[in-house]
Amino acid sequence: MTFDLQSLMLDAAELAAIVLFILGLRFLSSPATARLGNRLAAVGMLIALVAVLYSTHALGWWAILAGIAIGAVIGFFSALKVKMTAMPQMVALFNGAGGGAAGLISSVEFFVSAHPYGWTVSVSLVLSAIIGCLSAAGSVIAFLKLQELMTGRPITYKGQQVVNGIVALGIIVLGVLLIATQGVDPQWVYLAMLAAALLLGVFFVLPIGGADMPVVISLLNSFTGVAVAITGFELNSNLLIISGSLVGASGTLLTILMGKAMNRPLTNVLFGAFGSGGGMETSASSGGQQNVRATSVEDVAVMLAYAQQVVVVPGYGMAVAQAQHSVRELADQLEKRGVAVKYAIHPVAGRMPGHMNVLLAEANVPYNQLYDMDDINPEFPRTDVALVIGANDVTNPAARNVASSPIYGMPILDVDKAQNVVVLKRSMRSGFAGIENPLYELPNCSMLFGDAKASVSALTAAVKAV
Amino acid sequence: MNHGPDLFQLLTVFILAIFVGFEVISKVPTTLHTPLMSATNAIHGVVLVGAIVIVAQLFGAGTPSTALTVLGICAVALGTINVAGGFAVTERMLQMFKKREPAKK
Repeated sequence: MTFDLQSLMLDAAELAAIVLFILGLRFLSSPATARLGNRLAAVGMLIALVAVLYSTHALGWWAILAGIAIGAVIGFFSALKVKMTAMPQMVALFNGAGGGAAGLISSVEFFVSAHPYGWTVSVSLVLSAIIGCLSAAGSVIAFLKLQELMTGRPITYKGQQVVNGIVALGIIVLGVLLIATQGVDPQWVYLAMLAAALLLGVFFVLPIGGADMPVVISLLNSFTGVAVAITGFELNSNLLIISGSLVGASGTLLTILMGKAMNRPLTNVLFGAFGSGGGMETSASSGGQQNVRATSVEDVAVMLAYAQQVVVVPGYGMAVAQAQHSVRELADQLEKRGVAVKYAIHPVAGRMPGHMNVLLAEANVPYNQLYDMDDINPEFPRTDVALVIGANDVTNPAARNVASSPIYGMPILDVDKAQNVVVLKRSMRSGFAGIENPLYELPNCSMLFGDAKASVSALTAAVKAV
Repeated sequence: MNHGPDLFQLLTVFILAIFVGFEVISKVPTTLHTPLMSATNAIHGVVLVGAIVIVAQLFGAGTPSTALTVLGICAVALGTINVAGGFAVTERMLQMFKKREPAKK
């Protein structure tokens, strides 16, 4: 029996851990504080672990220490050895480990507890076992795909969804049976349910292509979070419930955001077998420009703030929106951070020669920052971000390489050669020449839709906040 | 693990934490998606606390069978891999991120 002071201290330690987790997540959403955030969360974890170890009164101490030793060696060793490029699959494996741990906890509880146990334990035990196993198996497949130990292409076959549906149904039936009998049923029911959950984890990830794996890992991550939260119900632990649901919720949101950044809904990622061949190439020529990537003010601000060189490409859109003063303010803000800012002036940018120079001069942009086409074009490969503000046709690479294009042969600004291109645009309407701009579909290009002046002002504010 | 709270108290905590989770990362730049995913991954490693509790319970109820002891050790080991690996990998990622910053201030 623990006396009061001790359980009070355990509660206090868990509260401290929870607060540190939440603060850690908060700090992780800005690049400047991200490292601090990670460390705060790690400190929180340490506090929670020390407290719980102290509270166990050395029961089973050698088993606990053995497990920690094995896990720490494997975890640290692989985390420090893994190549940066292999990060996503490493995270997948760690996530799978967490899911597996949740599944094992439920299994130990199932085999040890006196049956029948109460409803709360009964339901949460079954749920955390299912979700934990699903997440563990799915993570392993995600790892294998990313590590190229198996094909990264979607693996599909006829009736796949039906088979997956049947397995899912089987899990539900077995789970309900276990809950209804509160675990009195023979052990094979539990084991069969675990096996089915592992199988569904495998089947669920098989048809998803390698390029979509980060989204899937993020989703599996939130699965494990939910499994951990439910394990908290099983063990009557606020710490597990709160941490698990924090991760479950933020992981779900992150998954949705990732889908948005790729300009595809989540259902398309999960069930679309994207990249299995065909489909995408034809849409570009026939169905208009669908395949563009919309971005957000926060994303662009971060990109700009951490760039070495930014080239602003103004066009008629800037003139219409009267955005030149805002552009100047943005440039000032960037220069304060040590970013080199240049302006690329195309001879036909705007609706009159020198239109841009005039506008920018009006906004007190020093003229030695304005570069003509021939001077700036060699600079683009060295440029981190080309910020295209309301310019369209003068950046259209079709002029260079599509002989059938009406503007073929027109000299253009080679923004497509910059590391990143951000296009500020009101809509997807085509430019003056009424032709589509393949620039927008390039992988290094993203679109920030909205009024140029409003967007630039928002960017300035966001850069200040970075 | 203290005793006392009933199911609805636990559910209340659960629901509120979900709202906090959504709120706390509502505006994340794409650049940080991967480190954030990795950090949340490390945080659900808190399942290790549950694994420790269950192993202590297991031994508290008498000498457990070998099979269950192995299951318990595996649960603790997997949880530790999640925690240790998760935080270490996130730290490495963010270190790299730091390097890309050109002389701040």
